[in-house]
Amino acid sequence: MAEIVGGLGTSHIPGIGNAIAKGLQQDPYWKPFFDGFIEAHKWLARIKPDIAVIFYNDHGLNFFLDKLPTFAVGAAPEYSNADEGWGLPVQRPYKGNPDLSWHIIEGLVHDEFDVTTCQEMLVDHAVVVPMQLLWPKGDAPVTIVPIAINTVQHPLPSVARCLKLGQAVGRAIGNYKKGARVLVLGTGGLSHQLDGQRAGFINKDFDMLCMDKLVNDPQALTSYSNDDVVRLAGTQGVEVLNWLAMRGALTGQVSKAFVNYHIPISNTAAALMLLDNQPKTARQAA
Amino acid sequence: MTSHGIPGTTIFDGVEAQKGYALNKMCFSFNSAENRAAFLKDEDAYCAKYGLTRPQREAVASRNVLQLIAAGGNVYYLAKLAGILGLGVQDLGAQQTGMTVDAFKAKLLEAGKA
Repeated sequence: MAEIVGGLGTSHIPGIGNAIAKGLQQDPYWKPFFDGFIEAHKWLARIKPDIAVIFYNDHGLNFFLDKLPTFAVGAAPEYSNADEGWGLPVQRPYKGNPDLSWHIIEGLVHDEFDVTTCQEMLVDHAVVVPMQLLWPKGDAPVTIVPIAINTVQHPLPSVARCLKLGQAVGRAIGNYKKGARVLVLGTGGLSHQLDGQRAGFINKDFDMLCMDKLVNDPQALTSYSNDDVVRLAGTQGVEVLNWLAMRGALTGQVSKAFVNYHIPISNTAAALMLLDNQPKTARQAA
Repeated sequence: MTSHGIPGTTIFDGVEAQKGYALNKMCFSFNSAENRAAFLKDEDAYCAKYGLTRPQREAVASRNVLQLIAAGGNVYYLAKLAGILGLGVQDLGAQQTGMTVDAFKAKLLEAGKA
């Protein structure tokens, strides 16, 4: 049986990809951010995932406004990265897991999530940067299932809806009959705003509140509308929806393993959060 | 400028998405190096090919980000145009807030100390 071995939230700022390309991990500006991943690497060595389900948002690489799905599930044998237009080095393709993808799609549609399915899907920095951060040598031991959430064009799915999406994905993984150790990722955020006179907006208090509630009471965040989230976290701070979906998928007993939070990376409050997910039955037995 | 009642913020909704479609479609095309080169070679012709509205064409000519947003541009697509022009997100931030890039960066650092 498949097991969800942990949840991970991380920023996916493109500048991180540039910093990796230039080898700036020890540079004083970048070090407080990259050092957080030392703990992530130890944690990954402990939980040993072999599949990563990744909630993220596309920034205009695979999807355009001509056809923009609210929720899209990757079902490809391989996911290529490609030129995003502003100079990030293109990374090697990642191996997919069509079998788990289709199992998740079956589960989601059964649970009334009418998702878009993608047998071809380019993945942008929102998938690539986290993969580079988690496995910097390029030796990721995981196949991936990317799940894109629209955070580009309003109306966006609500906080509650994204949490429920994650819960449905968690249920599907939970009844996957094959042995698998699944890590669930939510990428993006936290607070930031790139556009408008309010560009540069960052809200540490709201980020702290979100990260706190994400551990033990994610339901509390469903009281926020997406306009509230934009007001409190910035226009691109809505990427926290990916974190909500990740958290929803953790159907066991959740505890915080590690958090790193650093302002600023580029225009963003950068965050990393590692969540342990113990099967409820194991806890009851103990 | 406000939208959805959030100061200094435009929510990119159906109204903006319709208004900005041609501009965003042109910017989306900049994922291709060949298209970026074509834009740089003949900006007028490239904008005409995508049917930019007059406010959109003027906004592109002005390199003014607030004007590009007012013309319906979405920042994720505009970032690809900015890339052609050699501008990063901090340059965009500085321009939109009327600050120098150094002052904008200092403001971000300050947010971390609060």
